Parts: sequence; structure tokens; C-alpha cells
Amino acid sequence: MTDLVPVLSATWGSEQSWSLDTYTDAGGYAPLKKALGMEPGDLIQAVKDSGLRGRGGAGFPTGMKWGFLPPDDGGPRYLVVNADESEPGTCKDIPTMMSAPHALIEGVIITSFAIGCNHAFIYLRGEVVHVYRRLLQAVREAYEAGHLGKDIHGSGFDLDVTVHAGAGAYICGEETALLDSLEGRRGQPRLKPPFPAVAGLYARPTVVNNVESVASVPAIVDKGVEWFTAMGTERSKGMGLFSLSGHVTRPGQYEAPLGITLRELLELAGGIREGHELKFWTPGGSSTPIFTQDHLDTPLDYESVGAAGSMLGTRALQLFDDTTCVVRAVTRWTEFYKHESCGKCTPCREGTYWLTQILKRIEAGRGTEADIQQLLDTCDSIAGRSFCALGDGATSSIISSVKLFREEYEAHVEQGGCPFDHSAAALFDYSDTPATEEAHA
Amino acid sequence: MTYDETTLAQLTEDAAAIIARYPVKRSALLPMLHLVQSVDGFVSPDGIEFCAGQLDLTAAEVSAVATFYTQYKRRPNGEYQVGVCTNTLCAVMGGDRIWDELSEHVGVGHDETTEDGQITLERLECNAACDYAPVMMVNWEFFDNQTPESAKQVVDDLRAGKDVAPTRGPAKVCSFKQVSRVLAGFEDGRADEDQGAGTPTLAGLEAAKEQGWKGAAK
Amino acid sequence: MTATADKPAAEVVDTVTLTIDGTEVTVPKGTLIIRAAEQVGIEIPRFCDHPALKPAGACRQCLVDVASPAGPEGKLRAFPKPQASCTMTVTEGMVVNTQHTSEEADRAQKGVMELLLINHPLDCPVCDKGGECPLQNQAMSHGRPESRFVDVKRVFEKPLALSSEILLDRERCVLCQRCTRFSKEIAGDAFIDLQNRGAQQQIGTFDEDVLDFDGYRPVGAATVDEAGKAFSSYYSGNTVQICPVGALTSAAYRFRSRPFDLVSSPSISEHDSSGSAIRIDHRRGKILRRLAENDPVVNEDWISDKDRFAFAWQNLSDRLTRPLVRKDGELVEASWPEALAAAAAGIKAQTTGDDARGAAVLAGGRVTLEDAYAYQKLARVVLGTNDVDARARTASDEEQAFLGAQVAGTGLGVTFGELEKAPTVVLVGFEPEDEGGVVFLRLRKSLGRQQVVAVAPFLSRGSEKLGATLVPAAPGREAAVLADLPADVREALAQPGAVIVLGERAAEAPGAFAAAQDLASSTGARVAWIPRRAGERGAVEAGALPGLLPGGRAVSVKAARDAVAAAWGVDALPSAKGRDTAGIVKAAAEGTIGALVVGGVSASDLTGDVAAALESAGFVVSLEVRRSEIAEAADVVLPVAPPSEKPGTFVNWEGRLRAFATAIRTDAMSDHRVLDLLAREWGVELGTGTVEAVNAELAALGAAEAAHRPAAAKVKAPARNPRPKKGAAVLATWHQLVDEGALQDGEPYLAGTGRVAVARMSAATAASLGDAVSVEVSTEAGAVELPLVVTEGMVDGVVWVPVKSPGSWVARDLRAAAGAVVSVKGAA
Repeated sequence: MTDLVPVLSATWGSEQSWSLDTYTDAGGYAPLKKALGMEPGDLIQAVKDSGLRGRGGAGFPTGMKWGFLPPDDGGPRYLVVNADESEPGTCKDIPTMMSAPHALIEGVIITSFAIGCNHAFIYLRGEVVHVYRRLLQAVREAYEAGHLGKDIHGSGFDLDVTVHAGAGAYICGEETALLDSLEGRRGQPRLKPPFPAVAGLYARPTVVNNVESVASVPAIVDKGVEWFTAMGTERSKGMGLFSLSGHVTRPGQYEAPLGITLRELLELAGGIREGHELKFWTPGGSSTPIFTQDHLDTPLDYESVGAAGSMLGTRALQLFDDTTCVVRAVTRWTEFYKHESCGKCTPCREGTYWLTQILKRIEAGRGTEADIQQLLDTCDSIAGRSFCALGDGATSSIISSVKLFREEYEAHVEQGGCPFDHSAAALFDYSDTPATEEAHA
Repeated sequence: MTYDETTLAQLTEDAAAIIARYPVKRSALLPMLHLVQSVDGFVSPDGIEFCAGQLDLTAAEVSAVATFYTQYKRRPNGEYQVGVCTNTLCAVMGGDRIWDELSEHVGVGHDETTEDGQITLERLECNAACDYAPVMMVNWEFFDNQTPESAKQVVDDLRAGKDVAPTRGPAKVCSFKQVSRVLAGFEDGRADEDQGAGTPTLAGLEAAKEQGWKGAAK
Repeated sequence: MTATADKPAAEVVDTVTLTIDGTEVTVPKGTLIIRAAEQVGIEIPRFCDHPALKPAGACRQCLVDVASPAGPEGKLRAFPKPQASCTMTVTEGMVVNTQHTSEEADRAQKGVMELLLINHPLDCPVCDKGGECPLQNQAMSHGRPESRFVDVKRVFEKPLALSSEILLDRERCVLCQRCTRFSKEIAGDAFIDLQNRGAQQQIGTFDEDVLDFDGYRPVGAATVDEAGKAFSSYYSGNTVQICPVGALTSAAYRFRSRPFDLVSSPSISEHDSSGSAIRIDHRRGKILRRLAENDPVVNEDWISDKDRFAFAWQNLSDRLTRPLVRKDGELVEASWPEALAAAAAGIKAQTTGDDARGAAVLAGGRVTLEDAYAYQKLARVVLGTNDVDARARTASDEEQAFLGAQVAGTGLGVTFGELEKAPTVVLVGFEPEDEGGVVFLRLRKSLGRQQVVAVAPFLSRGSEKLGATLVPAAPGREAAVLADLPADVREALAQPGAVIVLGERAAEAPGAFAAAQDLASSTGARVAWIPRRAGERGAVEAGALPGLLPGGRAVSVKAARDAVAAAWGVDALPSAKGRDTAGIVKAAAEGTIGALVVGGVSASDLTGDVAAALESAGFVVSLEVRRSEIAEAADVVLPVAPPSEKPGTFVNWEGRLRAFATAIRTDAMSDHRVLDLLAREWGVELGTGTVEAVNAELAALGAAEAAHRPAAAKVKAPARNPRPKKGAAVLATWHQLVDEGALQDGEPYLAGTGRVAVARMSAATAASLGDAVSVEVSTEAGAVELPLVVTEGMVDGVVWVPVKSPGSWVARDLRAAAGAVVSVKGAA
């Protein structure tokens, strides 16, 4: 049995957990003082040595990302925190910032110091106003406490932090789209190269890191590289928040070493809701190919999940039991991608438009056998062809679900409708009258 | 421009404060559009003109941004923006049913506003609270673990003028304009208001406690 | 004068060698794969890619398979998925397989093609682009015969008018963003942008109806001009040309023709001194459209909307096809021999005998080099006068001396390329956007790398788009301002390659030429003269100025006169000082000139009393394409060909010969040929019957030696600003590019994109008028009233109005030019 390791989440249950006092009382901002006494290069090396990989989904080594910055040319360089948590199923950064915003702020200061940044930005999705309040307050408190501003704690290091609220666009989670958005533009992805490390925000060297990645930095500084590398697997070090949602008895945030399995997590979370069995699940949000019961023992680390045909992503474990229609689930996800496609490239813009129509027809029982093949063909015209990963993500659940549950698609075609009682999947009782379901057809 | 002198002066002052947060002024556009919503209750053509003028952009460049993001509304919004998550997980857990019943109850559909100007309904995409599914957002405050009944009650209370508290968030839901001002980056003093961290947020912590694991926490 | 290409760059270029479809190709480092493929004749399909625009990678049509050497051993490693060849630069040893050699690339391209077509309407039979449409071609060669898409297509209202000229069919749009990238990157007019997102994404202006915004349409600075016009860019037509589908069309050409019914002829635009390469598409003798031709050293890929759309003027109902002779007070059609005889007889009657008066020649600024040559030769050889001027505008002796000494016969001076690369450009009497056409685009290309300084009464929108700084100068005060430039500007001018540009309005500023030359010699900067009209430089070369003979020879220098006389086989040339345009008009009005030969002049362009001049002159011969005001008053009217119907040469401002051939064959003759025929009535062989003959003479004459050139005119710059009294202001004025010039007649869609005429004043000057919303600007001759626009940073005591825009015909209505003191009165 793998132990849970509450690190980021350790203080979430405290009274006024978000306040500077609570955070400081729990040892917060001591790592900052320690970091300010170190050489920036040593900090970067420590994070490299820790093996911390980006917690925003792609899993790129964080220290290596910092190391990509070109040598100081005297001009500004920026840290931008990606707090645009929007991937369906992903719900870890929001509680982190709501309950312990100072963990992020402290991480921002240490990271900025390490990379030589004097103005950092936190790009928060706009649809979580209370989180924004907490971040604004935390930044203000940090200024008041001398953690931010000029000559922080006599180190000679200056840092300003701006917390920026987005305005509703999933694509801004893509780091270059986020930068365009932060520059006051449409959030459409940029060409790479140049990579943000070379020409990012305002065409200056920029590090874009996920909330959880940055918030993990103070603990690494505080407890050391060995502590961190002792957790996790060979190439997936440390702990991470595993977000269980859906048909599970106790959904929520479970902070555990990478490599824990869903079977272990489910045990802690009270299992799949009573009377039902796990049918399918996403290991890392809706952009990752779905898993089934067969993957209960797949270690949830980057390599093992990848080897099993999916991606660890954001560790957003959406669990669906046997009452759930996979076609309905996939159709809804696909509608999401269509809604969130930025429109820049043909495959994603047109492909999701087409996929949605095919899926809605199949779900409503108006599909044909040929439509199932057309789904796969259309996915083939999107995956690997689109400008950014959103297009690829849109095809993941379709391709994987057709592979795993083709018979369910066929059942919709054959029966001329959905074989499932949708009310059975809901968490409350109601009678599933077809009239209201029509609304979604 | 139809802003009266006082409004324009306040807008200009607030815009200057927003612009001052960034090394390059165009970055102020998104918060400034939130600011416009805090005054007009939507992104008005006047507001677009105002932002363009402040940031040396054309109106087309501003509307290009305003029409890209879903939080920017193009017609006067209700006092309360009520969004029901109908992305897959919430939909399956009951979000679809909540939406149907709520929409029927209120009598308006997606992106429509009740005649009294109180409620604008919206089908939401994932709002990062999946462990609280099914989720509803009112003016971007969390209303977790909803049922059709609880959702209808919230809306009824709002329309009756009662103070309504979210399940996680401040003591009461503020108006759309008030919340828009916060999103423009102006604090409203409600950060310390709290309904307690929800059970799912603390689920892992509780489980660890139950197991007696101190884990990696010192 | 030579017309060679820009000097080749001597820099050593780093190259990269790669293999595309099995063919090895070496290209400069940084080349995009798609460009490298072009070098070896491999066409990769594309929609968003355009060589003049920054890569976008949006359409994904150009996907290819790429492998490049990696690791210490340089083993070839393939990219896991196809790459956009329009965004990826080549690397050494790269192996590229396009649709021709890679099944994966072919499949990827076919997939994208299918997706591009799912929402594309099947309206090719009625689409302007049909027959020359990259999407159609690509679909025919690579698409599926039948669509697999059976669902609901996206529909939009069609078309949307982005302006009176540019129409958008959103259903046809493939969102390649060429138009928006052009507007932002090249023209600097971000009046269109992407709107909405995802499947609803579309190109558009801020149109609250289209985008479903509540409220009314606001009007203000951000909506581009004072009229609230949304897409009034001078370069908008380029978006139609680069649109790879039929989404953007022009109102002028919409539904008019099929590309395969058109005959295309290369030509040169007659609209400004840039000499932009164009293509004239015509059918059965009628021009249907004009397009930009790529000319890398001149206009690159672009032309102005005036170049593109203003061609209707030559085929309007007032087109002259037969000579006219006045009989009993009426102009009646006559045969050529009759008309020529009548013209000669009329002129002879005025210029011989007891009460003989002189003759004079006015050749407008739009004539070709050959025509200008014929006009001045006619004047000097047949009419025995130096009263000849092609400058139908304010001109000065100082300008003439400068042109003779510094411009005529000097060949290629500052070039477009050099102007683009200049670290510093100081503009004097020149607004690049309004008066320079594609010169503006060249300067804008260097935005951020070039310091532009405008010596002007205010910073125009065009100058703002160039990132220019203003050195304020009231009209007429430019010389003093140049003599006392801020130190940083002088320093900037000392950088190698810096250029001082003098426009046609430098002639309105006493002392400006001398001041500019002084500045050039003290800083090392070069001087470029960029006149507005297409024929100006050619007229200078040809000697169609009163004091200049061909090649920059001064009339005042006897040796120069003798040299030309010898070449022409005449005893002597007239030595009396000639009059300029204003002088000729004045003299004619006063009755000292008996005969006038006028070609291509709009009376409304001149501040003098043209009507009185026509009235008082005993005999007027008009050479015209259309029945102009002057033609109507003439005694003999000789029809001449518009540029599309004749061969000829424009000399652009660089000094580059821009020869063009006949696009449309008609009976119409060039001015030079008509003048050649006219001269025969005197028994004179003018030798200007053909373009070849004229050019042979010009070549034989060559450029003047220094001693034969005019000496610099001594002009004293005005010591101080005129200080207008209350109720008066100094007039500033110039032509807006799209205005009511005669060559823009008959094109209402273009006219609709013109900027609305306004009167500009500084806040302080405006305040002196009280609570005015409009201004009446008046002189003794008349008045214009225009909406008042308070303009930040404008010189006090100055009022600006456009020269010839709707409601503001300055020369005709005020009889005043820039620098004049005019009365101003506010109106509520």
C-alpha cells in the first residue's frame, strides 16, 4: 500500500488556511529565506536534481525548462504561472490556490529568484472569482511582509507579482496561447520555435510553469532533493495531487507519490459508488485516452501510463461506473473541444465541428455503421495535424473509446437510440423522461 | 461615447491602475474588458471604444479579443450569471438533469436572460471542481454537489432578493457587476469570507489522518 | 539614366543543403522548407503561406514528412508527425518528403483538404475566384470526388461589406489570415481581425450587428476615421488579391468576369511616382480589373487601392475618340487632318502678325517621359518659347534649379531598397501614405528598425503608423525648421544611409531645397525627391520645365542651349526665361499669351484663374483623354490615349525607367505622336512619332555636364512664422490618396473608402473659435466648410484641410496654396 503524502495539501484543513499567518506558522516562507541565501544556479540545479516534472500535464522536467533560458542580457525575463486550470476532470490547482495561495506565491518568489525574473505573473482562469480574491490578498500580504517588492529581505532581489484573471478560454492553458492572452490578445497558440524560454512574454525569455509545479518548489528547497526523489518512481519523482471525481464514494484530492495505482487510491476513497463497478476512466483528464478496469494496477507515473497507451496528464481521474454511456461521455467531451477550439488551424476547427455532428447523430440513434469509421478517419485527419495539442486531445477519447467500446457505438446504431438510462448515472433520483433528453439530441 | 463625465473619469482612473500593473499596456485589455462589464453589465460597444482608445488599438482588435472569451457578454447580462456544468462528468452525475429542470423553471435557455434582468443561464464547460460534481456557478462562485431542487432554490432565492451563500466562497454571492470589478483586479475585501474547505478538498488529508500517515509532511 | 536592378548584395550567405523528394538543394540558412521546395520546382500546396507575410501555420495544407540528422552520429531521425513546411526552416542534411514521395504527407494533405471543404459552399460557378482559385485547383487535383460530409454546413450571411469596396463572404473563407496579417503587418491598418472563435471564427471589423453586440455603433478615434468607417485602408485591395479563396472580393469586379475570359497585360500604374508594376486584365477592349504584379525592386507584391481600382476614368462617357474643332462657338467632330490644320492655323494666327502674342504649353504631371519630351520640344522648336511646364501644381524656381542640378539625368538615385534600409528618414513636404502610395509600405516594412521624422504641421495617421516623430513646422516654415533641427535628429541623419525626402510640397516652402541640401552636406545624408504624380520625374528628365532642357541642361546656359539645338538640328533655342504653370496662367489671363497648348491638366488643380486664362488666350488647343473643363473651353481638342492604350515610359521617383507596352489596342494616339503630327503643320519634323524615336533622341542627348546645369537659386527663407490674427490661420493642405482627383472618377466603391474631409486644428487654435464643431475656411475667392477635428500636437495657428476631397477643393474654392493666410470661422 502506497502512503498518501500530504505536502501541498498538508495545511488545507487549518483555520484560515489561506492566510499568511497560517502559512507562516506552518513553516511557510522559511524556504524562501533559505533560497535567497543560495546561488540561483544552485537552485536550478536542485530542481533539476529533484526530477520535478511539469505538473500541468505535459510532464516536461521543470529544472530543465528553467535551464533553457538564455544567459542574462540585462533585459527582463519573466515567470508566468499557468493557473488556467480548465482540462475537464482537472481540479487540483483551484483548491491549492484557494486553500494555500501562499504556497504558490512562495514558489513564485523562489523560482523568480532562481531564473532572474523581476516581474512574475499568475494567469488564473477568470471563472473562479474567490480564488482570485485569495490570490490578490495573498500577494498583497506578501508585499506587506516584505516577501515581495524591492530588495526582498535584504537580498538585493526585487520582484513584483501580478495576478491576472483570464476570461474563459480553455486553450489558454496551452502555454503560448496563455502568453498571447496575457499580452491582451486572442488566446491562440504561437509558432514554436521560438520557444517561450527564448522569446515568450513580450518576446522576452520566459518560463511558464503550472501552479502545482511552482508550489512544489518551496518543499524541495526546504526538505531537499533526496526527500523528493525518495518519492515516486525512477523517472517520475515526487508527489502529486490525484483528483478523483465521478462515481467514487469519496471524491477529492489525494496527494500521493507518483506511481500509486488507481486500485490503491480507490481503496482510500471508499471505492466505486456502492452497487456499481468501474467501467472507464481518464488517467489525466479528457485529453488522455480512456482506461478501463484493466488498468486498475497501472502505476500512475508518466512512463507506465504512457506504456499502457494513455497519458498521466494532470492526474485527473474521472471515474465512470457501469451506468454510464460511453458514447454520451465522448460526445460531450467532443462538444467541449469544438466549443474550445480556438479556430486557428483547419484540422481542429473543422474536425471538431464534424466530429460533434457525427457523434450527436450516433448518440441520438441516427448514426450508421459507416459513421463509426468516419469518426476514426476524421480523427486521423486531426491527430498529429493540428497546430497545437488541443486537436490531438479532442481525438483521444474517441479513438480509445471506439477501440474499447465499439460495441456500444454499434448498439446505438442498431437500437436507434441510447441503450442507457441516464438517470441511473446521476447522483440523485429522477425519472429519465425522454422528452427532456431530447434537449441534448 | 455615451459615458457621462463621472463614469468616464472613474473608468479612466481604473484603467490607468490596471495598465500600471503591466510592462506593456496591451496586457491590460482582458482586465479592462472585465472593468467595462463592471460598469455596463456587459462589454458594450462604448466599452470597446473606450478600451481601444486607452490602448491605441482599433475597435476590430478589441472586439477580436472580446469575442474570443466566453466570460465577456455581448448584451446586458443578468444580475446573476447562473452556469450549470454540462461537461461530461457533471452532466453524467446529473448536470444535464439540473440544466433541464432549471432552464424550464426559469424559462430561459443558454445565454438568455430572464425578463426581470435577474438571471442569465449558461451551460458551462468544466469549472475545475469535478470532485464536487454536479457543479453550478453563480457569478463565478462555487455551488457544489447540486441537485435540481437545490439549484432551483438558489435561483428562486436570488430572484427574491435574498442573500445567497455559495458552498465554497464568500458569505454571499455578489452581483455580476461587482464580481466583474474583482476580475478586473480590484479587491473587494471578501477574501477572508469562507464557507469552509469542502469535504473533497480535504478527502486525501482525512484519509491520510485516518491511516495515521504523516507521510512526507514534517 | 539607367534602369538597372539594385546593386547585388555582396554579403556572404550561410547556406544549408537538404534533400527534398530526392533532389538535393542548397538554400540560405533560415529558408522555410516550402520556399526551398519552390527552388527545385516542387510545389507544396498552401493557403495561409505567403512569402511576404510572417508564417502562420494555420491552414495545415502544406504538411510534409521531415527527418533530420540528430545525435552525435547524425543519424537521420524522422519527426513523429508531418510538419508544416511553411513554418519550419531547413537544417543541414534534412530530408523532406512531400506529397509526391510520402504517403503520409499525401494522406495528411488530403485530410486537411477534406476538412477545408466540409464547410465550403459549392458556389464556384458564381464565385469570382472560380478558375483562378487555389482551393478549387487543389480540390480538383487532390480532393475527393464526393464529400463524405453529410451533416449541416456552417452558413453565414453573404456577402458582408467590410467597406464600400471590399466584400467578405465568410462561408468561403478558410481563415488563412492572409488578409488580417497583411493589414497588420504590411499596411498597419488593423481594421479587420479575427472575430469569435472556433467554428464560428471569422474575419471582420467591429460590427456590432454581425457580432451580436447590444448597443449602437460608436464613433471615435478607434473606429479609424472621423466618419467611423471601418476598413478605410489605402491598401485594402491587396487583401482581395492574396485571398486564396473567393472570400474577399471587390465590389468593382464582383460578378463581372471569368478569369479565363480575360486578357492580361503587364503595365505600370499611372497614379503616382512609384511606377508600380501592375497587371491589366481586360476583355473586348475594356479593363475589368487591375492587379499588383510582383516587382521585387519597386512595389514588391503590393499596390495602393488607387493603383488597383482607379481605372474607370478612361472609359467614362466623356471619353474623347474623335478630334473636335470649334465652329460657330460649338465643338464639333472633325477629321484628324482638319483638326490638326485648324489647331496650327489658330496658333499661327495668334503668334504671327502685328499683334502677335506668345504661345505657351501646359503639360500636366501625368504624362509619360516621351510625351513630356514632345511637349517641350514643340514649345521650343515650333512655338519658340520656354513657356512650358509640366508641374500643374505649386512650383518654384528654387525647385527647378534643384531638379536641374540634382535630379535630372542623375539616373538611379536613392532606391526603394535603400529607402527601406535607411536608418533615418526625414520627410519634408511629403506624407508617405497620402502622397507616396507604396513608398509608405516600404517605409513601414522597416517599422522599429528605422527612425522616421516628419517635418510637418502635425503627425498624420500615416506617419503615426510609421512610428514617426514630429518636428513641428507651420507650412512655409520648413526651411527654418530644417536649419534648426533637434540635435538627435541631426545625429540620426549622420548615420550611413540616412535619407531626406522632399515631396512635391517642398516647392511650397521657400528655402526648403537649399536647407535640405545644406543638411545633407553637413550630415552626409542623401536627398530623394519623391513627387506625387507619375509624370513628374519624366518631365524633369525630358526638360518639360521652363528653365530646363532635356538631361538637366539649363536654358540659361548658352552652351547647353547650343548643344541641344545642335542635336535637334535647329539654329538656336529660345533663350528668354520661361514662365512656370502659375506664370503662364497669369500671363494668359492678363492677355499676354495668345495661344495655349494644354495636355492633361485639371483646371481645378491650379490656384490661378484658369477660366480667365482660357478666355483671354486667343486660341487653345487641348490634348485630352476626356472632355475636361479645359477641353470644353478649347478651340481644338485632340484626343489622346490613356496609358493603357499606348506604350510609354514613366520615370519613377528613383529615376528608374518604367516602360510599359500597349495593353489595349485602339486607334488612340499618344500625346507625343499627336504633337509630332501637329508640328508637321509648320513643316517641322519633331521626331516624336514613336516611343523609340523619342528614346533614341533622349539617349543621344544624355545627361548634362555639370557646367550646363542650373545654379542653385538664391532664396531667402521667411524669417519667422506668419502670426495670423484672430480669425485667421495659416493654411496647411495636401492630397489624400483617395480623393476626387480626375483619375479616380467613375469609381464610387473606391471613393467610399476615402477618408472623410475634415479641418484640423490644434486645441488652442480650435478654442479660439469658440464651441465650434465645424470650421469655415475662406479667402477672398471662396470658402470651404468642414467638420473640425482637434488634432493633438498640431502647430498652433494652422488649419489643415485636404486639397481635393469631397467638400474641400482648395485650389478651385480658395485659390490658395499651403502657407497662405486664410480666414477661419467656427460654426456650431
